[in-house]
This record gives sequence, structure tokens and C-alpha cells, in this order.
Amino acid sequence: MSLVELSNVVKRFGALTVLDEASLSVEQGEIVAIIGRSGSGKSTLLRCVNGLEAIQSGRIVVDGTVVNEPGTDLRALRQRVGIVFQSFNLFPHLSVERNITLAPRVVKHMPASDARALALAVLRKVGLEEKIDAWPDQLSGGQQQRVAIARSLAMSPHLMLFDEITSALDPELVGEVLKVLEEMAREGMTMMLVTHEMGFARRVAHRVVFMHKGKVWEQGRAAETLAKPNTPELETFLASVLH
Amino acid sequence: MIRDLSYIDVLYLIAAMRWTLALTAIAFLGGGLVGIVVALLRTANWAPLRWLGAIYVHGVQGTPLLAWLFVFFFGLSIVGITVSPWLAAAAAYSIYAGAFLGEIWRGCLQAIARTQWEAGASLGLSTAQQLRYVIVPQAVRIAIPPTVGFLVQLIKNTSLAAVIGFVELTREGQLTTATTFRPFTVYLIVAALYFALCFPLTRWSRRLEGRLHVAR
Amino acid sequence: MTYSFQFRDVFAAWEFLLDGLTLTLLLSAVGMVAGLTIGAAGAAIRVYGGPWPRRIVSGYVEAIRNTPLIVQLFLVFFGLPGLGIKFDAETAAMLTLSVNLGAYTTEILRAGLEAIPKSQLEAGRSLGLSGWQVFRHVVFFPALKVIYPALASQLVLLMLATSVVSQISAQDLFHAASIIQSRTFRDFEVYAVVAVAYLALALIFRAFFAVLHHLLFARR
Repeated sequence: MSLVELSNVVKRFGALTVLDEASLSVEQGEIVAIIGRSGSGKSTLLRCVNGLEAIQSGRIVVDGTVVNEPGTDLRALRQRVGIVFQSFNLFPHLSVERNITLAPRVVKHMPASDARALALAVLRKVGLEEKIDAWPDQLSGGQQQRVAIARSLAMSPHLMLFDEITSALDPELVGEVLKVLEEMAREGMTMMLVTHEMGFARRVAHRVVFMHKGKVWEQGRAAETLAKPNTPELETFLASVLH
Repeated sequence: MIRDLSYIDVLYLIAAMRWTLALTAIAFLGGGLVGIVVALLRTANWAPLRWLGAIYVHGVQGTPLLAWLFVFFFGLSIVGITVSPWLAAAAAYSIYAGAFLGEIWRGCLQAIARTQWEAGASLGLSTAQQLRYVIVPQAVRIAIPPTVGFLVQLIKNTSLAAVIGFVELTREGQLTTATTFRPFTVYLIVAALYFALCFPLTRWSRRLEGRLHVAR
Repeated sequence: MTYSFQFRDVFAAWEFLLDGLTLTLLLSAVGMVAGLTIGAAGAAIRVYGGPWPRRIVSGYVEAIRNTPLIVQLFLVFFGLPGLGIKFDAETAAMLTLSVNLGAYTTEILRAGLEAIPKSQLEAGRSLGLSGWQVFRHVVFFPALKVIYPALASQLVLLMLATSVVSQISAQDLFHAASIIQSRTFRDFEVYAVVAVAYLALALIFRAFFAVLHHLLFARR
């Protein structure tokens, strides 16, 4: 069975239909890049996967858990699904170490000494070991985003969601964040990422999903789909972002 | 018996400030407990809880504190509780302060971006854990200046307890006036004593606020 | 519980309540107009005035805001006669409420004036508007919009605060309660009825300010 299975998902904000019978599945170990114009529903789709958005109809199964059922233990699910946001969303009142160890300590009841070792281990993965005692506002945007990634990794997720994580960064800081993602890809992490970085999508993603008008409009192997789109909508979109 | 105003009277007035402060402390504690509940009700996910909070706040903020004092002073005896001015004042001020503190703290809770809740939820924290570890620590920081500001309101408003016979600074002023018949001097001293209590707090609140703005 | 509530006697004295209500409304209205006028002058001095006028206004604001209204009232009504200045209770009440509200509105209006970015003033001046024209066309409305909620709350608080004048025997709504109380001995009922009356007034005031807000700002 797929790790993520979305079937005919409908999501409305009032009168506005953001997801219109969207369906998508993601396999274990797969890296899926989701692209599309703003307002196409790509971020909403991602946020549905860990239950941040409630849906009106359809079915979402993630790692064996049906996400949108009243009795679902979303907390348990979210411990296995990490998400990184565009605006980092680090906790400004906590040090880097406390940002990372908060959930392992209060959710998983990890002892303090183990938690610090864990923080060091995940910070090493994002190349920021020396910042363990820093505060979020002392870090650059790129560093904050890497800490946010480390914070998610500390929960040992089965799946990582990335919601336009380089969009708020100065251009010169984008590279350091993407490098971390490439490293995670090499280690076999299952990832879904909403992104505007087409070059990165082509290089790292196994599959590209193009969202349009709340639907999964076109999808396929990354390099081929981006080089030879099947639909005029994707063609127009690619033309507008590549130039 | 009319006698002249002496420095002893001034000392008595100064001594009466302790009851003003004691009442302020009680009101702040009682009001703080009520205020926490109000702030949580007002930010609850379930709409009827929010309505309950709103009715409480608008009800209390729409009636004079004086009315609450009298209602408790005369009302509690009806249900068979012997009312001392202390008890009536403590109850009235807790209700009154609870509404205002609750509103202040609600504003602070809501000033914390929704994305902070989301980040907490995404890490598997429960709602209570999100509040405790993520939202409240940040909200407390921005809550301190307006809370200190309200403390000034509270100190000033304890003067109204004089009307149900609670002997604090203002009541002591009335009593002193009655014996010395020097109302202008006495009330000027009373006003100066309130000023001495309130002004440093006002300044402190403003400084804290300024520092908060710089920090952002 | 053996006590039986008895509101009939309270309502039988409705004429007292009505008289009291009249003074409460009058005090609120006078207090608002005078208080806003004082506040406007105070804010103008705080923002545009010279150093000494600024200091004096700021002394006034701090003195009023850091002392209780009831003490100010006692000082005017009981204290000033000792200096040969005598008012009846109603005049003392109006005077004190106006001066009291004036201090609060000075602060609120000042915040409004300071909320308008300098660039807006510069833009106005660059278009050749005079100082007054800049104020009238560029500053006034946006500033009013910023402070409107705080101002409206302050005015509702003033209306509720007028109840304090009952303590110098001005015949307001709250004083009417004490008269009825002394005649009927229905302590609790009287104050409950009066509390509800104030609540109704507060709601009416809020509704009025909401409508006014709509009229003033809906199309801007």
C-alpha cells in the first residue's frame, strides 16, 4: 500500500473550492514535487496530509491512518509526519536546542541528556551543530529554516512535508536549504514538497505533480514531465516560471 | 469633636494604604483566576464557550463597579452569608478584574500567530501542550505591560470600596475629614498617596511596553 | 432560601429612577463634549506645543490618570469650598467628570495623531497644503479611525463612572437607587435593577457608537 493515499479530496473555504476531487498517492521512499500557480491548491493539499486542514469529502490515508475521521488520533499521526513551513515558524522564545527537543521531551518523554544528544545529531544533518545554544532571532533565514527541518527530523518522521520552504528566503540562502533536502533524499526519506524551484524539482524529485484549479492536472516522472508537458496548462505554467 | 490636622493624621492615612494594597492584591489574585478562565473561554474552539465568555465580559464591563459592590454587599446576606465589607469587596473586585484581565489576556493569546499553534500541532503536541509550551510563554511577555497598566486601574478603583464601609485610603480620608474638617488638605494628601502608588507603575508599564516594541 | 425577591416596590418608584437616569445621561453628554474638547486641546499641545505647555499638559494627564475619580470628586466638592470655591453637587460632578475624561482623551487623541506616519504629512505638504489643510484632509480622519475603538470604550466607561457622583449626593441613577433603598429596604433588588439599567445604557451607547462608526468610516 502507498504511504500516502488521497482520493477525491474536496476542500472548500466558504464558497471557494480549493481542492476539487484531488487524488494522489505517494510511495514509500518517493520524492514528489508539487508545482502550480498560487491558488491552485498545492499548499492546501499538503496541509491536508497531516490534518492541518479539515476536508469536506474524499479520503486521506497516511501511513495506515485515515486522516479525516472523527476518531483519528492526529497527534499520533503528526509524530510520524514532519512538516516545514514557508515562514519557518520556529518558537522565538526557545533556544535552538529547546525548539528541537520540545516535542521529543513532552510528547515522547525523552530524558534531557538524550534529547540534547538528539538535537546535536539532527543539527549535524543540517550542518548547524555549533548553533545549538543560539536563539532563533540570531540566525539567518536559511539557518532558521534548517533548524526547522532539524526540529522535524528529531521526531524521526516516516514522511516529510515541505511547504514552499525557500520562498521566504533571500536568493543567496536558498542553496543551503536545498542542499539539506538533497542529503535527506539520498538517505531515502519520503518527501512531498510544494516548490517553485523547478531546477531542484527536476534534479531531486522522482515525480512532479502539477496542480491546477484544485485538481491534480498532470503528473509524471520529473525530468520528462518538465521537459515535455502533456497539457497546455502545464506548458503555459512552465513557460511563465522559466522565463 | 473638631481638632486640627496633625502629622499623626497623615501617618494614619499612610497606614491605610496597606488596606488599599491588600484589597488590590486580593482583587488581582481573584481577578487573575477568573481572567484566565475568561481568556480561555473567549479563545475556545467551541462557539458556545466563546459566547459564554463574551456575555460575561460585556455584562461586567457594561455595569458600574459600584453596582457590583452593592449587589454583593446586600445580596450575599440574602443567601445567608454574613457579609463583611471584605468579603463583598473581594467578590465584587474579582468579578470586575476578571473581566478586564480576561480581555487583556485574550488579546495577548490572539496576538500569537496561528502558525505558532500549527507548528506545535504539527510536532504532535496536544492543545494543552501547545498552550503551555508555545503560546503562553510568548503571550506572557506581551501581557506584562497592559497587566501592570490595569493594576493602576485596580488600585484607583479600590477607592470605591469606601462606599460599603471598607476602610482603606479613601475611607480613612473621609474619616479624617470628619474629625479635622480640613477636606481640601486631606483629600489632596489622599490623592498624592494614590499618585505615589500609581505613577511608578504607570511609568514601569510604559517602559516595558517601549522595550517590547524595540525587541520586535 | 427563605428570602423572597420583591421587585414591585422598586418599580413603583420608577419616577426616581427616571429622574436619576436623566442626570446620568446629562452628565454623560456634558462629560463627553467637554472631555473631548479638553482632550483635543490637550493632544494638540502635547504634539504641536512648546516644551512648557507640553510639560503642563503632561502633568495634568498624569495627575488625573494616577488618582481615583472619587477622590477628585471629593476634592472638588468637599475640598474647594474650603478655598472659597463652592459648587452644587451637579456642577461639581460635571466639572470633575469633564476634567477627568479630558486627561484620558488627551492620551488617546495624542496616540491617534502620532499614529499618522510622517510620510503622510510630508506628502500633504509637498502638494502645497497648509498645516491646517494637512490636518483637516490628511490627518484627521485616519487618526480618528485608529483611535475610534479606544475612544468609544472610554466614553462607555465614563458613562458607567458617572455612578460615582452619587457619593456626593448628585441625584443620578445610582443615587436614585439609594433613595429607593432607604424607602423600601429592598437593598438587593434595587441595586440589581439599577445594574441592569446601566447595562442597558452601556449596550445602547455601544450600539450608537457602532452605528456612528459605520456612518463615518463605511465608505472610506
